[in-house]
Amino acid sequence: MKILVCLKQVPHQDARLDIKSDGSWIQEESIKFEINSYDTYALEEALRIKDEKEAEVVVASIGPDRTTQALRTALGMGADRAVHVNDESVEGSDALAIAKILAAIGKEESPDLVFTGLMADDGNFASVGPMVAELLEMPHATAVMSASLEGEKLIAERELEGGALEVVELQLPCLLAVQTGINQVRYASLKGIMAAKKKPLDTRSAADLGVQELVGTGAAKIKVQEIYVPPKTQGAEILEGSTTDVAEGLVAKIKELGLL
Amino acid sequence: MADNLYINEDLEALRTEFNRFVVNEIVPQGDNWEEQGHVPREVLQQMGTLGFLGLRHPEKFGGLGLGPLSSAVFAESLGASTYAGFEVTVLVHTDMASPHLIHSGNDDQLERFMGPIVSGDCITAIAVTEPAAGSDVAGIQSTAKKIDGGYVLNGSKTYITNGVHADLLIVAARTDGDNPRGLSMFLVKSDNPGLSVSRALSKHGWRSSDTAELLFSDCFVEDADLLGTPHKGFYEIMKNFQNERLVLSGMAVGASQKALDITYDWTQTRKAFGGVLFDKQVIRQRLAMLQARLDASRQFLYHCGWLMEQGVDATREVSGLKAVSCELVNEVMYDCLQFHGGLGYMQEATIERMARDARILPIGGGATEVMLEEISKRSYR
Repeated sequence: MKILVCLKQVPHQDARLDIKSDGSWIQEESIKFEINSYDTYALEEALRIKDEKEAEVVVASIGPDRTTQALRTALGMGADRAVHVNDESVEGSDALAIAKILAAIGKEESPDLVFTGLMADDGNFASVGPMVAELLEMPHATAVMSASLEGEKLIAERELEGGALEVVELQLPCLLAVQTGINQVRYASLKGIMAAKKKPLDTRSAADLGVQELVGTGAAKIKVQEIYVPPKTQGAEILEGSTTDVAEGLVAKIKELGLL
Repeated sequence: MADNLYINEDLEALRTEFNRFVVNEIVPQGDNWEEQGHVPREVLQQMGTLGFLGLRHPEKFGGLGLGPLSSAVFAESLGASTYAGFEVTVLVHTDMASPHLIHSGNDDQLERFMGPIVSGDCITAIAVTEPAAGSDVAGIQSTAKKIDGGYVLNGSKTYITNGVHADLLIVAARTDGDNPRGLSMFLVKSDNPGLSVSRALSKHGWRSSDTAELLFSDCFVEDADLLGTPHKGFYEIMKNFQNERLVLSGMAVGASQKALDITYDWTQTRKAFGGVLFDKQVIRQRLAMLQARLDASRQFLYHCGWLMEQGVDATREVSGLKAVSCELVNEVMYDCLQFHGGLGYMQEATIERMARDARILPIGGGATEVMLEEISKRSYR
């Protein structure tokens, strides 16, 4: 069995985020990055399948040089090999273009299972996973809370509103976009990290994958116009006095606003 | 990109794992360990399984065989846990006690102990300090008398970190009469009937670290457990001084940055005089100066690690690092606690614990005053 796990490297959750002066994105130069939290759970889920049965886990990511760090961490945790699409022409790609690149890797690899995170901590698009599935003509499930293989089928539990779960059956090959918190993500042992250097890490370009015309700013159908932090609005009105005064004041305010 | 010249991709990857472990496994449990006065063995064993306890130890014993820079990274990462008692429990084992075995142990001793040391099944402590001899190692009064087949140890040791729960103690005792430097080192297992914990000590800080007063009473140690050359223990002890000071400085740097980060957060949310505290220039600038000094101190930490990695004698530099970083961490804690106001004085505040924990750093592992003498001796022609 072959499992492809798509990872994104995102700004570290503790990083200080400053918006670039032209408003196009955040300043990335001096901040730390980490694997997107959703993707760590996806990777762990793939590694658990590998723990139980013979499986090759391939991790793939798109990004500049720093992205090798994320891939090496994944290799240190137990993935077998990595594919790194490191190509400046990919910059400015929209979600569909990213999906096309990952799908191109998927076509080369022909995995039985593809794991992605449900969304990325930074972009919040939540669309790459389903788009990759569509491009690979695979069934998919999103917000996956658990996954178990039963022969040629995969049984997944999906998270619904209000805490309900939906159990779905997917025919292999399929794609699962994983929710956070569904498992305990393992640590990479230090020996694993050191040994990860010896595991194969292929660096590819968009042209290698035959998608050079489909990616980058030129091909993007969604262009980011601006990123900004909304200005702070004036603070809330604080009602003071006894409990009765506060309660009466609150009711008066609600009536004044026509909410009752 | 690594944030300093000395850190390669490997060390950066290790740092990521250390930081993650601290956030997920240490911070949520630290309060309990402070309460119970020691770190549970399972946590140390988990660290062993992940390879954290063998950074510096040879690969044939399950270690990674890395150099002093890895210890600096490790200590700085642990230093951000805010539970320095936990940090020192680990670092005494990895960087202050067990290295003596590597420096001075024979094949038989290494074979017997290094595997369990790396896995966390055998935790170590270093027993040098006595009621009458701290930084002045030559003042040790405990004796080891040679008899047939071994030595008999008598005397007491105090302020021994890991002293209550360690499995293996590395003990210095006098073996050469009045010769002030005539010490030898011994491997003493904690179940030796001649060794007892006379007192578990209650401390100002580092409360999740177990600290003991030990009594050696006709404690018989076989010849096979003499560590290194007889009567040369003074020099064997000194072999690890720089490493010990490097990791204590790493703890100081990690703790300083964490305290500043906590205080940035606090001063940017705490309302006072129509704004937040951080609006006050006096507060911003005090924190900024501490940050600048810490940035310098941090680079010095890695520079010292690199010097040691080159195998050069870095006594002057490491002594300076220890003095600067361990004094600085106390200045940082003073101001950070001050800017927390009344909350900073409450035990529920992280900064309160950090301030207590930091106080030992300019004392242990070579007091600042001793460090300054080390620099002084090497600073003029």
